[in-house]
Amino acid sequence: MKVILRTPHKEERELAGPMTVRELLERLDLDPEGVIVARGRELLTLDARVEDGDTVEVIRAISGGGA
Amino acid sequence: MNCSVCGAPAQVEVRRRNRAFCAEHYRAWFVGETRRNLGRHRMIRPGDRVLVAVSGGKDSLVLWDTLAKLGHPATGFHIQLGIGGYSERALVTTEAFARERGLELIVVDVRESFGLTVPQLAEVTGRKACSGCGLSKRYLMNRVAEEEGFDVVATGHNLDDEAATLLGNVSHWQLDALVRQGPMLEGREGLARRVKPLYTFTEREVAAYAFLAGIEYQHEECPHAEGAKSLLYKDVLNRLETRMPGTKQVFLEQYLKKVQPVLQEGLAEGEVELRRCERCGQVTTGAVCAHCKLWDRAYARAKKRRLLPEDGRFDPRPRVHRLEPANEA
Ligand code: SF4
Ligand SMILES: [Zn+2]
Ligand SMILES: [Zn+2]
Repeated sequence: MKVILRTPHKEERELAGPMTVRELLERLDLDPEGVIVARGRELLTLDARVEDGDTVEVIRAISGGGA
Repeated sequence: MNCSVCGAPAQVEVRRRNRAFCAEHYRAWFVGETRRNLGRHRMIRPGDRVLVAVSGGKDSLVLWDTLAKLGHPATGFHIQLGIGGYSERALVTTEAFARERGLELIVVDVRESFGLTVPQLAEVTGRKACSGCGLSKRYLMNRVAEEEGFDVVATGHNLDDEAATLLGNVSHWQLDALVRQGPMLEGREGLARRVKPLYTFTEREVAAYAFLAGIEYQHEECPHAEGAKSLLYKDVLNRLETRMPGTKQVFLEQYLKKVQPVLQEGLAEGEVELRRCERCGQVTTGAVCAHCKLWDRAYARAKKRRLLPEDGRFDPRPRVHRLEPANEA
C-alpha cells in the first residue's frame, strides 16, 4: 500500500499489507497520539484494517513554537 | 469500532472519554464541547466583541470556525512576522479562510509597522527569534484589542499546549507562571480578557476536527520551532497518554482544580499595580514597557549596522490592515 507521510514534510513509502492502523503506526515508529490517519476523505481508527491497494495518509497532529 | 451515537463505523476514537464517533457525530461532539467550555468559564458574554488570534495553523483556524458555528463570528487577527516563505504562505492560508467564510480579518505586518522582521529583530538583538516574536505578538494582540474595541482575545491553545506548558512550569517551579496559567484570564483596565476555548481537546482531536470539517490549514512549521522545548514536553506527555489515556487531561484539570487555588492563596500579594508606558501608552508594570525597550535597543544596534536609516526612531504604533468581507465581491 502507498503511505503518504505529512509529518509535516511530505514523503511517500510503500508497505505490504494488510494490517491494522495500529500495526502501520508501529512499523513507522509513530506514536498514535501524535498523528491522524486518513484514507481518502475518511479518518481511520487504530483498529481499522488497511489493504494492499489502499493509499493511506499519515498527518502529524503536533505542532509547537517557542511562545 | 463504531460510533457511540449512531453505530455507524467510527472515524475518531476519544479514548480518554471511552467514546468513538462517525464524522458527523464527531463534528457535533467537538462543537458541543467547545460550547460547554465557553459556558463553564463564561468566556464570552453577551455583547462581547471577540478577536481571535490566527496564525494559519490548525488550532487557530479550528477555533475561528467553531466560534462562527456557535454564533460568535469573531474578527481574525493575523500578524505577519516576516519569516520568509513560511510567513507568506501563512497569510495566504489565513486570508483564503476568511474570504471563504465571509469573516473579518485584521493584519499587522511587523516589519511595516516597526521596521524589522522577526528574524532581523533576533539578529540585531542577539536573542532567540521566539523571544522577540512572542513579545511582539502579545503586545500587538493587547494593543489592537484595546484600540479596536475588543472585549475578548481568543487563542487556539489546546490540551497538549497547556499540559506541555504546565510540565515546563512545574519542571522549573515557575510559580508566577503557574499562578497565571489557565483557560481564562479576566480582563483589566487596558487588557482584554484572554480565553482558550479549545483547552480541553488534545492536539490530535483538533487535527481530526480540522480534517473532517474540511479546513485548509498550514501544515508547515515555523522554522524556529524546531528543537523547541515545548515539542519535547508534548512528546513525553504523549508517550504517557498512549499508555495511560487521560493523563494529559487529569494532569491539567486537577492542577487547575486542586493545586492552583492553594498556590494563589499562598502567594496572595494582591494584583500588581499597572500603569501606562511612557513611550507607547500601553499597560505595563514599569515606566517603559518591555516591548518599547526591546525595540529601542534593536533600533540603536540596527542603525549602527546601517540596517535602518540614521534618523530612524522606533514608532510603536501598528499599521492595521483590514480585510472586510463585504468588500470582497
Ligand atoms: S516558533 Fe518562535 S519565531 Fe516561530 S512563530 Fe513561534 S514564537 Fe515566532
Ligand atoms: Zn455517528
Ligand atoms: Zn511601550
